[in-house]
Amino acid sequence: MSPSEKYTAAAYLVVFVGVLAYVLIMATKLQRLQREVADILERVRERDRG
Amino acid sequence: MKAIRLPQLAAAATGALGVSIALIFFYAPIDGDQGLSQKIFYFHVPIALTAYACFAWGAWKALLHLWKRPEGADLESYVAIHMGVIFGSLTLLTGSIWAKISWGVWWAWSDNQLVLFLVLFLFYCAYFMLRYSVDPGPARANMCAVYALFGVVLIPVSFLAIRLSRSFIHPIVFTSHGPQMTGSQFFVFCVALAGMLTLFATLYQIELAGKRLDAHLKELRELLA
Repeated sequence: MSPSEKYTAAAYLVVFVGVLAYVLIMATKLQRLQREVADILERVRERDRG
Repeated sequence: MKAIRLPQLAAAATGALGVSIALIFFYAPIDGDQGLSQKIFYFHVPIALTAYACFAWGAWKALLHLWKRPEGADLESYVAIHMGVIFGSLTLLTGSIWAKISWGVWWAWSDNQLVLFLVLFLFYCAYFMLRYSVDPGPARANMCAVYALFGVVLIPVSFLAIRLSRSFIHPIVFTSHGPQMTGSQFFVFCVALAGMLTLFATLYQIELAGKRLDAHLKELRELLA
């Protein structure tokens, strides 16, 4: 690979990794929100039973 | 923007970016002067323009918050600025890589556009320091809105710096005579720009939905307590 090819690939890789990292962060957040929704649902059910 | 559904927006962003990558590597001509590294231009410049668009959108929402006070404008302004910082980071990273192969250095302090973009970027990074150092509420929303509006002044300065600058190390592509590139290059550039703007719209909607869901859950927890 020539230096030109390496640097071009690196620039595109940076963008790809950046977007991927963002998706990963959002996926983690989504999991946390899912857990919180499940927790609230459980509390509502407990309240209804009690 | 609300009329377009998120999956459609995400599909449009994926499609536009996929097509733009294909066009960049299989259709756009290889530059005679810079060679293959010139292809960084097709992502670097649209990302930079998208960062400007994010900051401008954030400032517009900040202005709306101060002017008409619609519900959620403060959150929308915050999310747009957050997106702007992400696209700004990518601009600086791709720009540095392009500078290294083209100019032989990672950064040129003598170039006004680079320095002004960095100032704009750091200005909006400091926005988060302000936001998280004040308790949530109307006072924080007002302070953040005023700060976001001050920053928008830097956008035209940063954009015009290259034209006002005496050092011409940074290439001038868009002049008063139009874009300085061939028709095919300009076409590929426009597709890449559309892809980046659609990506911004998608990520903006995703983050906004997440923040709103977070706020609703917090409210629910308080109601149940």
